[in-house]
Amino acid sequence: MIQVRELSKFYGKKAVVEKVNVNIHRGKITSFIGPNGAGKSTLLSMVSRLLDADTGEVLVDNDHVHKMKSNEFSKRVSILKQSNFMNVRLTIRELVSFGRFPYSRGKLNAEDIRIVEQAMDYMGLMDMQYEYMDELSGGQRQRAFIAMVIAQDTDYILLDEPLNNLDMKHSVQIMKILRRLVDDLGKTVVIVLHDINFASVYSDRIVALKNGRVVKDGQTEEIINSDALKQIYDMDIPIKRMNNCNICVYFNS
Amino acid sequence: MKKRYLFIALILLSFLSLFVGVSTIKPMDLLDFGSEETEIFLISRLPRLVAILLAGAGMSIAGLIMQQLSRNKFVSPTTAGTLDATRLGILVSMLLFTNASTIEKMIVAFVFALAGTLLFMQILDRIKFKDAIFIPLVGLMFGNILSSITTFFAYKSNVIQNMASWLQGDFSMIMKGRYELLYISIPVLILTYLYANRFTVAGMGEDFSKNLGLAYKRIVNIGLILVALVTTTVILTVGMIPFLGLIIPNIVSIFHGDHLKKTLPHTALLGAIFLLVCDILGRVLIYPYEISISLMVGVIGSGIFLYLLFRRKAYA
Repeated sequence: MIQVRELSKFYGKKAVVEKVNVNIHRGKITSFIGPNGAGKSTLLSMVSRLLDADTGEVLVDNDHVHKMKSNEFSKRVSILKQSNFMNVRLTIRELVSFGRFPYSRGKLNAEDIRIVEQAMDYMGLMDMQYEYMDELSGGQRQRAFIAMVIAQDTDYILLDEPLNNLDMKHSVQIMKILRRLVDDLGKTVVIVLHDINFASVYSDRIVALKNGRVVKDGQTEEIINSDALKQIYDMDIPIKRMNNCNICVYFNS
Repeated sequence: MKKRYLFIALILLSFLSLFVGVSTIKPMDLLDFGSEETEIFLISRLPRLVAILLAGAGMSIAGLIMQQLSRNKFVSPTTAGTLDATRLGILVSMLLFTNASTIEKMIVAFVFALAGTLLFMQILDRIKFKDAIFIPLVGLMFGNILSSITTFFAYKSNVIQNMASWLQGDFSMIMKGRYELLYISIPVLILTYLYANRFTVAGMGEDFSKNLGLAYKRIVNIGLILVALVTTTVILTVGMIPFLGLIIPNIVSIFHGDHLKKTLPHTALLGAIFLLVCDILGRVLIYPYEISISLMVGVIGSGIFLYLLFRRKAYA
């Protein structure tokens, strides 16, 4: 379990994240949702140590994250941020191999290679493993990154808006993969999502933020109802039940 | 572009380079140890070859590191003010210690090269508009500011002639006893190779590096120190060689990608070959006179640079 205790971040005097307390349960998909500027990404960055918190603490399985060595931490928690660095020309295989960096410092042994190949296989990337990242489509690229995180083999996988710039087909594909990571491999996934319906359909738990504070935190069914959504988004959003899923019809509300 | 072929080309060109020059030396002459030919060979030709190889490989690697760390294909010692900062450093050392020894010059110039590059990286951090072409333009402007400061103080203190010699890269003055500083490139190459994986990871950004447990800031600083070291030694011994650090890594990247462990040998070899070709051409085109290496590299290099710019539209 990841425990977030009284976590705050200020930019100047403005609190972007303010006294947030959240527990992230093992073996679940937890989605962070909320309006723009709610502090979702900032919170995720602090949990993953990319950003230093101004107050509060984060515990991963009862270990204080700031007392962990960075190498140790990177074997337990991985984070994938929406980034635009793809002017670096690496093949898929090279990128996924870097997932083993915390273990091997770049010198792969037979075990590392086996894990790298397994990760690529799991993501269906074996056929294109020698293709360069900058020549892939958005969906393929995102899959390659997830394969890298799988090779990193951490219990906790944090993803910041992994569906950005993906079309419907690839979004669904990525969410299904994340679901499988949790159900088959026992990973814990935390994900920042913009589309509330992806959160509703695929996550076990939802944490809703607004103005830097947690406004709702619970099982998905407890959050996906019109009352709770009204509090989070200031919109009247009817819920329709379809194919065993709760779908928020917000387009004309 | 196989490593093997590059290596063979390097050997052949090296051999050619040794026997091109104003005084004719044939391989057979070398058998006679006391002869004038052997002496010229040992005092001038061989040092010149070694200097070209070290400078070519070193500057290309310096460019490669800079492009990786700044995450911009068009950043290099030429386009990031490193060369100009080094020259400012040399001027300061000449003004501070009237008869500066090579080592004193080297240390002061190194400090300036490092400070200039760090300053550029700071500017880079602050710029919101990270366009691939815009960044090197900022670097060139930054370099020109440093350069005008250098010229101003050089003019004031009557050493402008002296400074001009650092502006033009020139191998014709290289001989025994005047190039050995360049050997610093060898440990730098070895260190770069040892750190290659770390530089590759750092090249994917701070967040990405932190995720993999890499001490990002430390690696960037190590990289910049290596760059400053190579640049300083090359300028002090040969002078400015523009574009080399820019085009060589880019050409290798097109064929072999950006995995440093893989591309480093290619980059070093191609850099040495390119400089060697430019030098040989410079020596034979207006024989028995010589075209300076910075002019040769400038002309050929800027042509290739333009080609890379146009090509970028098609691919990136």
